[in-house]
Amino acid sequence: MAIMKRTLVGLAAILLLAPICATAGVPKPNLTIENPGQCIAPVQEMRVNHMKMLNHSRDRALRQGVRTEKANLIGCIDCHASKETGSVMGKGGFCEECHTYTAVKLDCWDCHQPKSARFRTGAAAAEGAKP
Amino acid sequence: MNEPRDPVDNPSRRGFVGAAAAAGAGLGVLALAPGLHLVEVSEANAPSAGASSKVRWGMLIDTNKCSSGCDACVKACASENGINETVRDPRQASQWIRKIELKEPRSGREHSLPMMCQHCAHPPCVDVCPTGASMKRADGIVLVDRHTCIGCRYCMLACPYKARSFVHLRLTEQNPEVPRGIGCVESCTFCVQRVDKGLKPACVEACPEGAMLFGDLKDPNSEIARRIAQEKTTQVRGDLRLDLGVRYQGI
Amino acid sequence: MQSELNNRLEGPTFYVLAGIGALISLIGVAGAIYMGQHGHQASGMNNQIFWGMPHVFAIFLIVAASGVLNVASIGTVFGKQAYKSRGPLSGLLAITLLAAGLFVIMLDLGRVDRLIIAMTHVNWVSVFGWNMVLYPVFFGLVGVYVWVLMDRKMYAYSKPVGIAAFIWRLVMTTGTGSIFGFMVARQAYHSALIAPMFIVMSLAWGLAIFLLFQRAMYCWHNMELNEEIRRRLGNLLGVFIAAVFYFVLVYHLTNIYFAKQTGFEHFILVSGGVFPQLFWGGFVLLGTAIPLLLLFVPALQRMRGSEIVAAVLTVGGGLCFLYVFIIGGQAYPLDMFPGMEVRSSFFDGQIDHYVPSLPEMMLAIGGFGVAFTLTLIAVRVLRFMPEDDLAKLKASGALRD
Ligand code: SF4
Repeated sequence: MAIMKRTLVGLAAILLLAPICATAGVPKPNLTIENPGQCIAPVQEMRVNHMKMLNHSRDRALRQGVRTEKANLIGCIDCHASKETGSVMGKGGFCEECHTYTAVKLDCWDCHQPKSARFRTGAAAAEGAKP
Repeated sequence: MNEPRDPVDNPSRRGFVGAAAAAGAGLGVLALAPGLHLVEVSEANAPSAGASSKVRWGMLIDTNKCSSGCDACVKACASENGINETVRDPRQASQWIRKIELKEPRSGREHSLPMMCQHCAHPPCVDVCPTGASMKRADGIVLVDRHTCIGCRYCMLACPYKARSFVHLRLTEQNPEVPRGIGCVESCTFCVQRVDKGLKPACVEACPEGAMLFGDLKDPNSEIARRIAQEKTTQVRGDLRLDLGVRYQGI
Repeated sequence: MQSELNNRLEGPTFYVLAGIGALISLIGVAGAIYMGQHGHQASGMNNQIFWGMPHVFAIFLIVAASGVLNVASIGTVFGKQAYKSRGPLSGLLAITLLAAGLFVIMLDLGRVDRLIIAMTHVNWVSVFGWNMVLYPVFFGLVGVYVWVLMDRKMYAYSKPVGIAAFIWRLVMTTGTGSIFGFMVARQAYHSALIAPMFIVMSLAWGLAIFLLFQRAMYCWHNMELNEEIRRRLGNLLGVFIAAVFYFVLVYHLTNIYFAKQTGFEHFILVSGGVFPQLFWGGFVLLGTAIPLLLLFVPALQRMRGSEIVAAVLTVGGGLCFLYVFIIGGQAYPLDMFPGMEVRSSFFDGQIDHYVPSLPEMMLAIGGFGVAFTLTLIAVRVLRFMPEDDLAKLKASGALRD
């Protein structure tokens, strides 16, 4: 617990200091929450623990076939996809904004579809992957 | 091709008989075949329970019904699993299921059949995978965990059925329920995302001839188990004794 | 004498050579980055031939790494004087060759970014998984071995450490051979002979690489290798080459007569186009017959540099053999329905062809660049030059047979 707190304090310090230190001035993440107040857990908990929740649920879903975890990537995407682009990635995307800011590389999207099923149209699918 | 004895089915049946006999009255309800049937069905279909070792998913393919030139199963698989990328070299394309045409040189007799991951009870790919990314669920479905797959392709070398494909390019149009992507190996999943919802694999549903039958090999009352018990079926490369989940009829 | 020796490698020669080595290594890295960016569609590999040129080179380097240590083993484990002074160089090459082999094989992975997963999630049933342990321990053991060989105070420990390293390299090459030997599904590979065959190959290929590098070092120092030592090392190489040939012969004969893989053998040895060409022309003629002549016909043997030509040919022959073994083994279709004619949309029943692409060739060759650069830097920094105390050797009778 203590370690976690210290890490958090450290992280917060970095976040606070980053704009001052960085002369280049990394723009602060500019998040749009599309469906406020409907998350599976309070914002603070999600910020700190979303990766753990997702890791846990992915292993259960894939290896044990348990698909009832509250945290599941498809659910996250469906709720957080931008109404404009339909995706959690790209400029202003819910995942991309923060992960660019904190420089934490994501490789989810090498395999997972970042667009919500609700926004996916036939046109997008027919375009195919660029070789 | 000879039919090896079924090392998974038999012990479990024996185990069941033994347990029922030993436990006596307490498990009495389980000893009733219809009761057992209900338990297993709910076990298999309740999403919260997850994959259960009381179930072993399998497929029986009747090659007499399968018609040459038809590829409805292949198309259904591609659309269900989002295999929609265009590749430059067809040899680099992903093929989770493919149609094979066989000809007996002497009699000239021809067979047509779909070939995919055979979901072995003893899968060589799982044995050789250095990271444990190739894995078998409790219900017998063999999968690749793309989170740990490093793309070494050793499992492809081990597979006797050429059932695995390596993703040679960056993908962007995956089906949300079927993640797949660059640098990982993949293969037929029995449409695990459907099976977990109580549906049949897409290919089985699409076959216009009804040549593919999907079901629980461990449930003696399932149609697939009854037919395998009564009719002559074959496991491809049965000499390897891998105890396959996919059985063929008519070859 | 030592400082004088090292001075020779301090001039521009060192920087030119190191620059060339680094350039080849960087070319390898560039090839890997290109493949990583575009996926393996940038390679000539496909879903039937999924192990290509990088694997041929990587497996060559890994196998040779184990064999090159044999020179040190003969010195310490079997107590041969002339080999003792060559121990440190032999150990150094073992480390750098293994590092280079792993460099190639790791950079060819579909997910290079997940190397850490390969180290932390080990499936103990997998031969590949074992190798995750075999290789690091080999590095450690050989590192200690080189240290005890070079540090006078520690020399007393050289025998036990040498024996441990000797055993470990046998285990390691058995592991490499078993990567193929355990493949029940494949006509080409399922054979108990493969592990011992790889061990014998490691001896020949390792010694060949040792001779080449030793020769290069003598050149840099403007020195000539003692004629007697040259002859003995050459003889040893000849014996190893002959042993390799014997094993390959037995491997193919058992495949034909006992395992009844006649279709596959016909393909590899007669009808398979580039594969029989490389087997007979590359491995048998250039990689075996000519080196044996060079090493054993007295008139040829006396010629300066004959053992160097033989060593180069051995390396080439080894690469040809691995090409036929690894790529030919995959090109031949799997026999799922014995006795039937097979057709499909996925090239079942068809012989596949493979043309390596530029990026994968760059990566493969980069492996040799890495091995060369690492060795070069090490011999510059530390004292690896084999120095023969000829008077002592003569006195001990080590040069007489
Ligand atoms: S390619 Fe992936 S699944 Fe296959 S053996 Fe390698 S790590 Fe395992």
